[in-house]
Amino acid sequence: MRDSWRLTKNQDALHTRARMIYAIRDFLINRDYLEVETPSIIPSPIPEPHIDAISCGDRFLHTSPELYMKQLLAAGYPKIFQICKCFRAGERGSFHLPEFTMLEWYCRGMDYRLLMKECEDLIFSIVHNLGYGDVIHYQGRTLSFKKPWETLSVREAFSCYAPMHMDEAVNKGLFDEIMVCHIEPHLGSAQPTFIYDYPVSEATLAKAKEKEPGIAERFELYMGGIEIANACSELTDMEEHHVRIEKVQEYRYSMNKARYPVSDCFLQDIADMPMAAGIALGVDRLAMIFSDVSVIDDVVAFIPELG
Amino acid sequence: MYSASDLKKGLRIKLDNEPYIVTEFNFVKPGKGQALYRSKLRNMITGAQFERTFRSADTFEPADLREKKMQYLYKEEKKYCFMDNESYEQVFLTEEQVGEAKNFFIDNLEVEILFFEDRPLGVTVPNFVDLVVVGADPWAKGDSVSGKTKPVTLQTGYQIQVPPFIEEGEKIRVDTRSGEYLTRVKG
Repeated sequence: MRDSWRLTKNQDALHTRARMIYAIRDFLINRDYLEVETPSIIPSPIPEPHIDAISCGDRFLHTSPELYMKQLLAAGYPKIFQICKCFRAGERGSFHLPEFTMLEWYCRGMDYRLLMKECEDLIFSIVHNLGYGDVIHYQGRTLSFKKPWETLSVREAFSCYAPMHMDEAVNKGLFDEIMVCHIEPHLGSAQPTFIYDYPVSEATLAKAKEKEPGIAERFELYMGGIEIANACSELTDMEEHHVRIEKVQEYRYSMNKARYPVSDCFLQDIADMPMAAGIALGVDRLAMIFSDVSVIDDVVAFIPELG
Repeated sequence: MYSASDLKKGLRIKLDNEPYIVTEFNFVKPGKGQALYRSKLRNMITGAQFERTFRSADTFEPADLREKKMQYLYKEEKKYCFMDNESYEQVFLTEEQVGEAKNFFIDNLEVEILFFEDRPLGVTVPNFVDLVVVGADPWAKGDSVSGKTKPVTLQTGYQIQVPPFIEEGEKIRVDTRSGEYLTRVKG
């Protein structure tokens, strides 16, 4: 009974969500992206400092399709996308579900700057596909989708909104706290905001900038203070991959977190991977924006606490 | 011991040797960053509210809060005295600490005193308390229209709205949670 009550309550949001997913497919297929499916039960997830997998027998549920999408890139598929459920242990809040829907797309030959443009184009086309003008209302704020959108480097964002500079925050281990408490609330408040050029320490699998090795070619998209997408120019240097992953493993060990073995196969594929950029976009969160709801529960038919 | 992932609204924890209650809570995770637990806390002694962000590795002790049955004895200047009937131990609470509960303090009333470690913090009175009406205007016949009430003063000084047929000297039952009249008590 309670399940059906929730379903009824959210019918409008579920309709918006479905139309939005249709618009995403329409846009990407028109741009010659191939829709693919990759395994969701996998031997080991990619080690990330702060992402924990849910185990499934002696395997794991994937935390994102990234690993296998990259294998496809390396195997010669130039433009691919996937919309799938991802699973992360211990993530539950107003913007988090342990089981959520992710859109990932990858393009050979692209860098993060070009991908930023494509991301803008995709969302702009969704807005029009849903029948909105250039402006929507989200939680009492007016969001304008007129291009170009706001872009802000992470360093600039710290200067604008934070009580200390970016480097100081990284050195003091306060990067995440300042991001959440001081910066995120300002991002994407009048129009979508791209925030880009993260410290390498905050971007495990992103390529470092040639002229500034401490900075990674990574960006995030925010709307209404909510993180919508994360993207980067993919790291294709195998040596560098080894070093970065080793660091993550050390961190996970020091924090008593599960260690995920990295397959040699994956590292070999990285070596074969062409220059590319990839992006992961939270479908549920984008649906929150277009449905004007403040809690992620409102854009899914079933929430984990009921089942 | 609690960890940050145990935090939820209403949880009572000990920080810097003082008891706090979690009044608001949200799980956040910036980008590829670590899980953070944004909380609003209220100090259970001073009432001060503040925001604090915890990391998943943070741990807390539960606040050692206990309730003990005691009896209300008397008011002395601005303090209220309660006694443990078994140990004869006496404790005092301030006007601020007792809050609205003072409206229901009658001699020998059995109450629950909330302690943080050995320190009394507050009092909970029974849900229903019978009190004597000490001041009321007489019942004017014809005032019996349903829904109509009149103010009376109870033995504790508490002023309350009651049906017009309640007279001085009668005993009434009050719901201490809402502070409202429930029924007339005979005898």
